[in-house]
Amino acid sequence: MLILFGMPIVQLLLFGFVITNDLKDVKMAVVDHSKDSYTNEIINKITSSGYFKLTDNLESIDQVEGVFRKGDVKLALVFEPDFATKLTKESKAKVQILTDASDPNMANLSVNYLQGILQNYNLEINRGKVLPFQVKPQTRMYFNTSLESVFMFVPGIMATILMLVSAMMTSISIAREKELGTMEILLVSPLKPLQIILGKVTPYLLLSFINALVIVGMGYFVFGVPVLGSFALLMAESILFILLALSLGIFISTISSSQQVAMMLSMFALMLPTILLSGFIFPIRNMPLLLQLITNVIPPRWFIVVIKNIMLKGVGFEYIWKETLVLIAMTTVFIGLSVRKFKIRLE
Amino acid sequence: MRTIRYILQKEFLQIFRNKGMLPIIFVMPIIQLCILVFAATYDMKNTNLYVVDKDLSSHSRELISKFNGSPFFTVKDLGFSVDAGEKELFKDNVDAILVFEKGFGNDVDLQRPAGVQVLVNAIDASAAGLYNAYIQAVVQDYNLHLQPKLINAKTKRPIQIVDNSYSHLFNPEMDYIPYMLPGILVLLVTVIGLFLSAMNVVREKEIGTIEQINVTPIKKYQFLIGKLIPFLIIGFFELGVGLLLAIFVFKIPFLGSLGLIYLVAFVYLLVVLGIGLLISTQTDTQQQAMFIAWFFMVVFIMMSGLFTPVESMPEWGQKLNFLNPVSYFIKMIRMIMLKGSGFTDVMKELGLLGMYGIAMLSIAVNRYRKVS
Repeated sequence: MLILFGMPIVQLLLFGFVITNDLKDVKMAVVDHSKDSYTNEIINKITSSGYFKLTDNLESIDQVEGVFRKGDVKLALVFEPDFATKLTKESKAKVQILTDASDPNMANLSVNYLQGILQNYNLEINRGKVLPFQVKPQTRMYFNTSLESVFMFVPGIMATILMLVSAMMTSISIAREKELGTMEILLVSPLKPLQIILGKVTPYLLLSFINALVIVGMGYFVFGVPVLGSFALLMAESILFILLALSLGIFISTISSSQQVAMMLSMFALMLPTILLSGFIFPIRNMPLLLQLITNVIPPRWFIVVIKNIMLKGVGFEYIWKETLVLIAMTTVFIGLSVRKFKIRLE
Repeated sequence: MRTIRYILQKEFLQIFRNKGMLPIIFVMPIIQLCILVFAATYDMKNTNLYVVDKDLSSHSRELISKFNGSPFFTVKDLGFSVDAGEKELFKDNVDAILVFEKGFGNDVDLQRPAGVQVLVNAIDASAAGLYNAYIQAVVQDYNLHLQPKLINAKTKRPIQIVDNSYSHLFNPEMDYIPYMLPGILVLLVTVIGLFLSAMNVVREKEIGTIEQINVTPIKKYQFLIGKLIPFLIIGFFELGVGLLLAIFVFKIPFLGSLGLIYLVAFVYLLVVLGIGLLISTQTDTQQQAMFIAWFFMVVFIMMSGLFTPVESMPEWGQKLNFLNPVSYFIKMIRMIMLKGSGFTDVMKELGLLGMYGIAMLSIAVNRYRKVS
């Protein structure tokens, strides 16, 4: 019991705070061949931004690779000799950014941020010289004005937890009855396969629904993720998704012989694809085409679109009817398959 | 020694005769590795733009064509009202809207500050940040193209510029597969190791065979060693297959030493199996064991630094990671494979992991009771 309710809450809390893509305190090394007031100023600007943290002062470029190899430092700045003189006399001085691109995302982001900081610095030292004439983009962020990573992750975590917990619970409960032998009792009773399955599903449906409520509630009160659209619609879609996960669980249990197999199938086969292929962390349209096609059969993929639309964009049913249909179709397929696969006779 | 050998024999027979589990243990990880590696990419391919051009001047067109020419952007649709654009944004058909108000071209001609409105779908905050950065870059580029004329004409003073260039070491093409594959491989090895070991003893409890073992003269440590070694071998096997795939199919450069990876893997598996056995001895049913194992697994994975950088976590999250074996192994395998780090580079992490393993295993042995 504690496991069923406690775990999703702990997970949501942990991930909500911990999972973020924002750059923070990236450890940086500096190779300063010049050591003058300008380079000092630039370094100060960079470290005071909060994104980067200076940890190593190196003597030469050759040391950079060694430092990267140790694993902590992700980035090195190299100032050319006579930086200040070049900047004032020749009006152009060079700084080189070296990144540890074994983490490409981090490397890319760091370079982008650093270039932004240097850009600002350029504007600052040239104040009064350049005309204010410029085309300036004014950006407005929709749906997530303060660019919080949580907005992206709460729907994903919700889909993941509902999917895994529901599928796992049902798949194991039936496999368990098989293993313990109590299945025979159910089979000799006058219950029809559909009735047995419905009976198995209903309690878990209730449990998962409470879980969904808790997650949305915590998202709202702890992380400030709004529910802009209709709450009733969100709950209706959640119930649909839970049903889908439960019927998938039943399907798994009908094809597996023991709890162990049921568990490995529902966790192993579901866990990583749910996390990776649902658009939870990695945007789907960046994937190769073949993989994009595969994501179409991953149920959480559709649900995540639905939650994001309802919670963050606040749109109505007319924007999500397609996803809803897909979810309904998947549910029917799984229920149909498991009713057909459900064996009344013992082997 | 002989006792252990018999237990080993029993365990291996049990594993290989369980026809339901065999494909799950040996085939599924490989398939998952091959598929998932391609999924894990932050590489931005195409940002779809909706352009609202109320100005229709040569300048706005020039800037639009600059966006079209950049590899990051595709102008998906042109229109005249912001509302129509917003609708596309709500439908997820476009990622950002550019709005040129009437008078944009005039402003540029008269050398007044001109504005472009950019409306970004920011649900994915990190992607939105990147769109924004790229849009700024394109506009900046356009500015530079306008400015030279200007500086020559108005002010004769040169402007000072700190010029920057960058190069990416170890992975100049910014390829995601070399970065992700080792991490996903670690996950698969961990999932198999943790779940199999967590289910193992408790399964014997549930079926009742544990009583039969309890009445034999097998010692506690012999029993647990006998349970551990098969999983260790399975883990090594999967790691090996994964590394072979990495080298020969995905052509990932393998800079470090294979021996070192296996040494790390050995220590790591001790930790994971220790945790698994501990869970197994502490629970009464497979269902419980599995849920607990699952809970730790998901937490370990999410906090491991596989998907999101460890450095971005809040302080307490990083402290918590001290107890996360997955993060140690992922960090080390990436260092060794991609950067060719040697033993001295990973010594600290390896030592910590070793102590962790010893602690876990001794607790597991200690908590296992032969009496029911």
